[in-house]
Amino acid sequence: MMMTVADVEYVARLARLELTAGEKELFAGQMDAILGYVEKLRGVDTDGIVPTSHAVPMENAFREDEVRPSIGLEKALANAPHVSGSFFAVPKVIE
Amino acid sequence: MNIFDMTIHELHAALKGKQISSREATVAMLDRIETIEPQVGSFITVTSEQALTAAKSADERIARGECHLLTGIPMAIKDIFLTEGIRTTCGSRILNNFIPPYSASSWEKLRDRGAVLLGKLNQDEFAMGSSNESSAFGITRNPWDTTCIPGGSSGGSAAAVAARQAIATLGTDTGGSIRQPASHCGCVGLKPTYGRVSRYGVIAYASSLDQVGPLTRDVADCAAMLEAIAGHDPRDSTSVNTAVPDYTATLKGGVKGLKIGLPKEYYIEGLDPDVQRAMDAAIETYRRLGAEFVDISLPHTDYAVATYYLIATAEASSNLARYDGVRFGHRAEADGLLDMYAKSRSEGFGTEVKRRIMLGTYALSSGYYDAYYVKAQKVRTLIMNDFIAAFADVDVLLTPVAPTPAFKIGEKINDPLQMYLSDIFTIPVNLAGTCAMSLPAGFSASGLPIGLQLIGKPFGEETVLRAGYAFEQATEWHLRKAAI
Amino acid sequence: MKYQPVIGLEVHVQLKTDTKIFCGCSTQFGAEPNSQTCPVCLGLPGALPVLNKKVVEFAIKAGLSTNCSITPRSIFARKNYFYPDLPKGYQISQFEDPICQRGWLDIPVEGQENKRIGITRIHMEEDAGKLVHGELSGPGDGSGVDLNRACTPLLEVVSEPDLRSSDEAVIYLKQLHQIVTWLGICDGNMEEGSFRCDANVSVMPVGSDTLGTRAEIKNVNSFKFVKQAIEYEIQRQIDLIEDGGTIVQETRLFDPNSGTTRSMRSKEEAHDYRYFPDPDLVPLVISNEWVERSRQKLPELPGQRQQRFIDDLGLPRYDAEVLTASRALADYFEAGVAAGGNAKAVGNWIMGEITRALNDRGTSIETCPVTPVQLAQLLKLIDTGTISGKIAKTVFDEMWQSGKAPQTIVEEQGLLQVSDISAIESIINDIMAANAGQVEEYRGGKEKVFGFFVGQVMKASKGKANPTVVNELLLNKLKG
Repeated sequence: MMMTVADVEYVARLARLELTAGEKELFAGQMDAILGYVEKLRGVDTDGIVPTSHAVPMENAFREDEVRPSIGLEKALANAPHVSGSFFAVPKVIE
Repeated sequence: MNIFDMTIHELHAALKGKQISSREATVAMLDRIETIEPQVGSFITVTSEQALTAAKSADERIARGECHLLTGIPMAIKDIFLTEGIRTTCGSRILNNFIPPYSASSWEKLRDRGAVLLGKLNQDEFAMGSSNESSAFGITRNPWDTTCIPGGSSGGSAAAVAARQAIATLGTDTGGSIRQPASHCGCVGLKPTYGRVSRYGVIAYASSLDQVGPLTRDVADCAAMLEAIAGHDPRDSTSVNTAVPDYTATLKGGVKGLKIGLPKEYYIEGLDPDVQRAMDAAIETYRRLGAEFVDISLPHTDYAVATYYLIATAEASSNLARYDGVRFGHRAEADGLLDMYAKSRSEGFGTEVKRRIMLGTYALSSGYYDAYYVKAQKVRTLIMNDFIAAFADVDVLLTPVAPTPAFKIGEKINDPLQMYLSDIFTIPVNLAGTCAMSLPAGFSASGLPIGLQLIGKPFGEETVLRAGYAFEQATEWHLRKAAI
Repeated sequence: MKYQPVIGLEVHVQLKTDTKIFCGCSTQFGAEPNSQTCPVCLGLPGALPVLNKKVVEFAIKAGLSTNCSITPRSIFARKNYFYPDLPKGYQISQFEDPICQRGWLDIPVEGQENKRIGITRIHMEEDAGKLVHGELSGPGDGSGVDLNRACTPLLEVVSEPDLRSSDEAVIYLKQLHQIVTWLGICDGNMEEGSFRCDANVSVMPVGSDTLGTRAEIKNVNSFKFVKQAIEYEIQRQIDLIEDGGTIVQETRLFDPNSGTTRSMRSKEEAHDYRYFPDPDLVPLVISNEWVERSRQKLPELPGQRQQRFIDDLGLPRYDAEVLTASRALADYFEAGVAAGGNAKAVGNWIMGEITRALNDRGTSIETCPVTPVQLAQLLKLIDTGTISGKIAKTVFDEMWQSGKAPQTIVEEQGLLQVSDISAIESIINDIMAANAGQVEEYRGGKEKVFGFFVGQVMKASKGKANPTVVNELLLNKLKG
């Protein structure tokens, strides 16, 4: 077993997911199976191979420093679950 | 002929000849959607009102003599494309009430040419799935056999074409999400080369693999749709600035002398016999048309699924971090900030999405990054190199799209790994960033469609479309209609 | 035991571009919350970043000015963490292969000419939004998110842990501040957060070569606070060690009110940022030609300019330093010299009268109403004896008010210096006659009275009498 429930809990915390006990068990088993399958990559010789981020070679995509209209406050806030004045409202953040 | 049975080209001729108005066509499609929808479930949102408004202005354009090939054509698009003012869910509860303030570039291009939007199509949640069973808005059924899945994640896009609920549709393909449902539903589906079509306004699953493409009745329609949506978009840094060829003009060039590669890793023991038979017949057809076949090897094929599930889930885990209940989307009642994040996301995402976020987060986490993510990126290079080597000798590759025809609803839902492995023939194309098309090539003994895949060189869509067109002209598979 | 502090600084430089780093929204400060946002900086689904070219150009300038090498192929990475001011749930930054690497600044340190402070890297990244607390309308005690600042371009300049005292840290910081404002890539406004500093502080026993555990101090937004925060932190760590405690690696927040640092609980959670290359952005390839083009366009830097003022214009080091405090000031000075002003005199006037006038009016050299050319004209009037140095100050004030040329003012107000001997003699005669008692005193040996006579003559001439002539004549006459 590569994936324990404790591992699942750590990852869930990083990903800000709240899992039920059942989900933790389920994911531990399934992730274990998937990671077991993925183990086959270890057998591939990748010495000196450059990792690929984009399969199509591309570089230097720029925009000029020219102001474009913003979408406006109303549209910006339109989908927000909670708004306070012109702000997105969230539970208190303690620093 | 029923309006809803028409291709883009047929309907265009009728619109241009003023035999039919866009309004009539749109009404016919909306009626058809209403009739069929309870059996199929292709749509998440039907936009009847907007469709009729768009049809009206299309008719005005046509009356002014501005009749582009797509003007007045009723279409539908996967609910992954943002549509300004129209709810866009991506098949997820977390976006249940999301009304975008802007539209996807690819949809804008169709809209600007006068296409009429019938609605937003069902899909696997966040495009994560191969069966359309992970949608938060109900499953989509295969119009050829409603006990079977339509494929995924663009299941609604394929089912809507097969059930004649839309003349053409748009989907997205990250690991086969256009080609596999196209194959299972008996329509044409094209995944263009990465960078060919803008991703701006398309909800991201795995950014280095996602690509937009059309699903249509036939290859000519596919070429027309690609021509409309392809091209450089300054809003997408990964969109490539090369000229868009006239795909329609080169369709009829034939395949005489075309070199077609048969990668031995795709013709394996476990291949469904019906699929094997369809491939054999297709090879025979192409031979008859003058194509030459070359046996080739893509030696790293066996590693593609593992590579894909590390890269795609890693990117997804990051892409889906923005669904936090602050600026849009579902927000749970919660005590405090941490609780708000965890509850909103856990309530908003379905099981498959959570599973992939977990897997991707793990693959990127401290101590595992090199062993999983970087390793996968290196193997990706080897897979890409396989294709480069193969294309030194051949013009296109011919392979099955999926190892089996559509499977039963519920059959693989509890075994994610088996589900993932059903994408074995489509995934390598996304990893290599190149283009491929699925087109109808036969039927199984039980009457389910079987697709063949033509894989082209990067930016080799012209050749793929030309080869597909030649096959279509020589066969009648694409003319069969699901009896629904 | 004696302890050696070890300090490294991470400086966030907000770049003075018109638009954000990955979208076309304005970066103007002070707009209504969330009014300068778009799908990209709101982190809406489907939105994609496109890099502002000017940010790259600014980063190259900063790198070349701090002796960095420019990375030929650099990439952007995602730094993943959840926070309400971070719309996408990740910050686009650079991790492996930042745009500038391995640079240095030489700072003057007491006891030695210069000390070289290594710069590990400079990378480009987007800023987060702003959180406000307790100013919200409506019920509840939540926080508010303003994303106007989200996606604003930043450079993060990371130094090596080469600094050994709070003073060194401040000198380094001031020099960096001077360079980025000099280059015109940052407005340098520390109050508005355009130039912010985090300090990594540790202590180790003197003579040790093992670095101690460090604390990262956030939110030090003035030179004064940097000094305070570092000094407090050094003492806190020493006290803790002396008391038998151990330093924990943590993030601490500087509180300017108390001058202390405190642990940031919310950041205590072990971070696992899961950096990976951002697939939405493409590699940034910077050719040698591009680097050379940028190098050629670089302005003369403050250090170089100081040296030139000393070598070519004969200024004392102190003057050269003051006159290169900002590029605008140095430009003003050079324009004054170019218009014919004597370098030392132009410098003195800038450091004296002009600085005083600017301070009185709370303005800066960029908006000085007296042009460098006018200043040179004024100095010429003094040199040629047309007006006295004293009168020059009156003329200067008038120039400031009216913007008129000095010559015009002198003529209009009849301020020409009187050097005519007979005219001055006649004034002296009158004054000696009127003050016979003082004349006697002087002649009786009380030489201090001389000053009284000078004052009287200047007063009678309304300040216009040439003081040299007055002195000479008075001496002769009083001797009798």
